Amino acid sequence: MEYIIIFIAAVFVNNIVLAQFLGICPFLGVSKKIDTAVGMSAAVAFVMTIATLVTFLIQKFALDPFDLQFMQTISFILVIAALVQMVEIILKKVSPALYQALGVFLPLITTNCAILGVAILAIKKDYNLLTSLVFAVSSAIGFGLALVLFSGIREHLEFVRVPQGMRGTPIALITAGLLAMAFMGFSGIV
Amino acid sequence: MSNKKILTDGIIKNNPVFVLLLGMCPALGTTSSAVNGLAMGLATTLVLICSNVVISMLKNFIPDQVRIPGFVVVIATFVTLVQMCMEAYIPALYDSLGLFIPLIVVNCIVLGRAEAFAAKNGVFSSSLDGISIGLGFTLALTLLGMFREFLGTGKLFDFAIYPEQYGSLIFVLAPGAFIALGFLIAIVNKLKN
Repeated sequence: MEYIIIFIAAVFVNNIVLAQFLGICPFLGVSKKIDTAVGMSAAVAFVMTIATLVTFLIQKFALDPFDLQFMQTISFILVIAALVQMVEIILKKVSPALYQALGVFLPLITTNCAILGVAILAIKKDYNLLTSLVFAVSSAIGFGLALVLFSGIREHLEFVRVPQGMRGTPIALITAGLLAMAFMGFSGIV
Repeated sequence: MSNKKILTDGIIKNNPVFVLLLGMCPALGTTSSAVNGLAMGLATTLVLICSNVVISMLKNFIPDQVRIPGFVVVIATFVTLVQMCMEAYIPALYDSLGLFIPLIVVNCIVLGRAEAFAAKNGVFSSSLDGISIGLGFTLALTLLGMFREFLGTGKLFDFAIYPEQYGSLIFVLAPGAFIALGFLIAIVNKLKN
């Protein structure tokens, strides 16, 4: 039951993009086409899950025992950067097809604040290993859901006549605001 | 480039939020009130100035291949310092900004300026660039915070302007952040032309 609540809360109620404002850059940047949005979501899901697991282990076995909690930010970001690089190298060797699909998005992920944000949030919420895993996977699903929905809307927005000054980012942001409003309907279910 | 031009460019012509569209996460996430926006802007400015200065000093010692991890370590160090100072001296503000203080590390503005400016210029002009971009960011966040606070709660910097029940709460909540920023960027676009 606990896992289901974490899942629903992370995907719908506290959606990482639309309610917590994490990962806005890729949300606005790669949402012009559904294909790229799906690719980006998959890459983020992949890295977010691994990163949260690894940073959780670092926090519990390296930072906490030696009272080094103040090193959290610096160690987590280095681990994430190294991890992204490693995932890229391994993927290239093991599964060239998957690398082809996710390749271009991987370097962008290091500076995606959703990854670091979820890693820190999992520690802050005092989750254990399994619940942080569920939290990371469901946050990633929430990110993917928001990104794919948004890119679907944006594809249609191409055919709409928008007032001069509102073209591009302003109308995209207002669309995102309406999407966030729709997601607010989920608040209160957990 | 003259010093004056560096100083004014970042605030208006290359405003990081309104024109370059960088650092959107803190711009949306921390501007539920003008004070929060101002505080977040100043914290980022401090990190930006310090990291710009240190990176411009170290630029000849950091090998080119590992420059990005090197920059990230420098930035993360200052973020940790700011984080600890805020936690010690202004705990209330630290709590309301929450997660976004450690997330200054992944703010594209800070790394972007390190790569685009500090790695190529001297210490003095890098510090000017940090001040200018930082002030531009602070200005944008404060404006957005004022806009949302005024429409949402009828206050400006916690001073009541009109009764709170006439405000539309949506502007303080998540959707209002997107909509308010959308309209502000549209206004900036209009003024630019």
